[in-house]
Amino acid sequence: MRKVWDIPGGVHPPENKAQSVTRPIASAGIPDVLIYPLSQHIGAAAVPLVEKGDLVLKGQMIAEAMGFVSAPVHAATSGRVTAIEERVIAHPSGMHAPCIVIEPDGENRWIEHSGLEDYTSATPAELLSIIHDAGVAGMGGAGFPSAVKLSTRPDTPIHTLIINGTECEPYITSDDMLMRERADEIVRGTEIIAHILGVSSIIIGVEDNKPEGIASLRSAAEHSAGIEVISFPTKYPSGGEKQLIQILTGQEVPSGGLPSALGIVCQNLGTTVAVHHAVDRGEPLISRIITVTGDSCREPANYEVLLGTPASHLLELSGQQPELCERLIMGGPMMGFALESAEVPVVKTTNCLLAPTRAELPPAAPQQACIRCGICAEACPASLLPQQLFWYATAKEYEKLEAHNLFDCIECGACSFVCPSNIPLVQYYRASKADIRRHHLDHERSERSRARFESRQQRIEQEEAEKQARRQARREAAQARAKEAGTKQPSRSDAAPDAADVIRAAIERSQAKKQAAAAQSQAQADMGIEPDSAQDAIDRAMAKRAAAAAAPKLSPVEQLQNNLASVQSRISKTGEKLEQARTTGEDTVSILESSVAKLEAKRDQILAEIEELGDS
Amino acid sequence: MYELIAQYPFMAAILALVGLGMAFGSLLGFAAIRFRTEGDPIADQINAILPQTQCGQCGFPGCRPYAEAIADGEAINKCPPGGEATINDLATLLDVEPMPLDEEHGEEKPRAVAYIREDECIGCTKCIQACPVDAILGAAKLMHTVIASECTGCDLCVEPCPVDCIDMITEETTLQTWKWPLPARVPRELVIATDAEQAA
Repeated sequence: MRKVWDIPGGVHPPENKAQSVTRPIASAGIPDVLIYPLSQHIGAAAVPLVEKGDLVLKGQMIAEAMGFVSAPVHAATSGRVTAIEERVIAHPSGMHAPCIVIEPDGENRWIEHSGLEDYTSATPAELLSIIHDAGVAGMGGAGFPSAVKLSTRPDTPIHTLIINGTECEPYITSDDMLMRERADEIVRGTEIIAHILGVSSIIIGVEDNKPEGIASLRSAAEHSAGIEVISFPTKYPSGGEKQLIQILTGQEVPSGGLPSALGIVCQNLGTTVAVHHAVDRGEPLISRIITVTGDSCREPANYEVLLGTPASHLLELSGQQPELCERLIMGGPMMGFALESAEVPVVKTTNCLLAPTRAELPPAAPQQACIRCGICAEACPASLLPQQLFWYATAKEYEKLEAHNLFDCIECGACSFVCPSNIPLVQYYRASKADIRRHHLDHERSERSRARFESRQQRIEQEEAEKQARRQARREAAQARAKEAGTKQPSRSDAAPDAADVIRAAIERSQAKKQAAAAQSQAQADMGIEPDSAQDAIDRAMAKRAAAAAAPKLSPVEQLQNNLASVQSRISKTGEKLEQARTTGEDTVSILESSVAKLEAKRDQILAEIEELGDS
Repeated sequence: MYELIAQYPFMAAILALVGLGMAFGSLLGFAAIRFRTEGDPIADQINAILPQTQCGQCGFPGCRPYAEAIADGEAINKCPPGGEATINDLATLLDVEPMPLDEEHGEEKPRAVAYIREDECIGCTKCIQACPVDAILGAAKLMHTVIASECTGCDLCVEPCPVDCIDMITEETTLQTWKWPLPARVPRELVIATDAEQAA
């Protein structure tokens, strides 16, 4: 017989388990609607594989795992996808999250599936991929993807497998009923997990308040070597992973460490059944056992429930009277959370729906001042100092909280349970943990922005320095040039002309230029060459027009005669130019010839007009 | 030697003290040079606590200058982005009493991230120049966008935008960021029966 250790602290709340073990596990049937949150586990949310309107079969994967620490989601019955939308999910925040909604068609048709004939011939890697694809996630509470938990690393060899059948929380009996009715399935699943891990020592730990379950398990495990079923005294919270390891092995999981550091892997009882179904039958995780209990239920019992079933369907089955029930709790009275709506679907981690009456589970009494009685410290299973943590939590002294190992708190609620001042201690710790995580995240972020800010400052300074350097270089170059010029004309700086000199020189220069121009035009006139610049031509044309305007109105005949004279002069001029061009052999000859012809035609026309006028 | 000391005890004592003084003085002098600390370590520690939004709401041009000012005795409650948590941390570090946030410099707001309405962005690069942490990406006459993970929510890019296309979007609570609230304080009337009677 294996020695059983004790854990520090712990409490003995009323068990209230007897109500729900009187009836065998019943099927909850197929509800009107199934709702599948994409995130039912710890890790990345799954990604939908179906679209609205798709037909799905029982066991079909409707959302695939996203990354390593994630799990797929499967349809629990055949039907049609009616929506992929935000719905209220099982979360203490009561927030909405993306869900796949399926309307069952009632045919319950399975997708083609088959299990392994002999799991011992499969390698651990193959078995792990089967478990991963079946969407198995820890069914005890946290919902950590089982395939990830079972993937051992070579540097941390595992020697012991612990199956957690403690179920220490009041009211919950789903694991107890599983042991009573399906012990052989538990043993089979345990063997598969042991094969994957390659461990020699397998312990199934059960509290001694479940004698039927223990007996049933012992008889099922009789023929399988290496499986020990250990019972130990009932105490809350023996079912915590770290607490159970301490009870069964006497070893403490180091603060911030994992059980694998001790060579131990811990799995929930329900998970072993899911593994057995996945490997031996090829069935994914689509249903689980859920305890529906509380005094407002006429028939508290355990049901085999399709995942995705709304809580309201289960409550109806158990004959719950909503008028008696003030708040609906998912999970147990110690660690569960209140649901905002009964339409919340059950997920892989749901083990209990508690619908207590007001008398049974009265609302928390008002919080009073801490009287430093220290009972909470005696109750704490992690040997923390709850009253001190409470003090620091109210003062928001995060460093002190961390120094007092707040993160080793398992949030079991034993301290709140014993507190004579009704202080909701766990709520303070939860809020503080979130604040500290947030604080760390903010700090990380601020470090990053500081680095970015500093590198930006540096860059700007560098740019500025470069600009300065370039400016300096240009200035120096200019000075060097000036110096060079200075050496070539040494008198220049000496004979720095004053402003008046400069102006005078400029005036002289312009006068000289004017004189030169006048002389040139004079010479041109002397040589008989008209300056044929465009300006001159314009001037002449304007003068001519002005003269024409100034001249008294001529008769048409006179006008024509004038025209004739000008045309004739132009002919003679052009003729001269033509002669000149011909003698020099310029290529304007043809142009000049054509213009002469045109002018002669014009002259003839004018002559004809004059004759006409003369006739009339 | 002994006789000499016995003969002039007063002189011997003075000599001995002067000798010791010189020896330790030179030791300290050497240590002061040899083990000199670069920069201002307390300002560095303060700077590490400040949220590094570089928003300038404290009246200093960035977190570092404010950290240096605090090290020189400036009030610790002028940082709205850091809020109560930063003030508490600073109070712990400097061993002073925590004080409420100075409202003159702004109030503590939930974290926000700048968002550029990209259709309206004209690509003027003014916000890029304003961003103290280089969290805006873009080029002249090309659309800009904010790298949300690097944005400190300092607001400095909003004002220079000529077309007003930058919004500050408050971070919304998601399932991942949701946290349990601290329990609310219970009024005395609910706890003490006589108080409740008086209140009624």
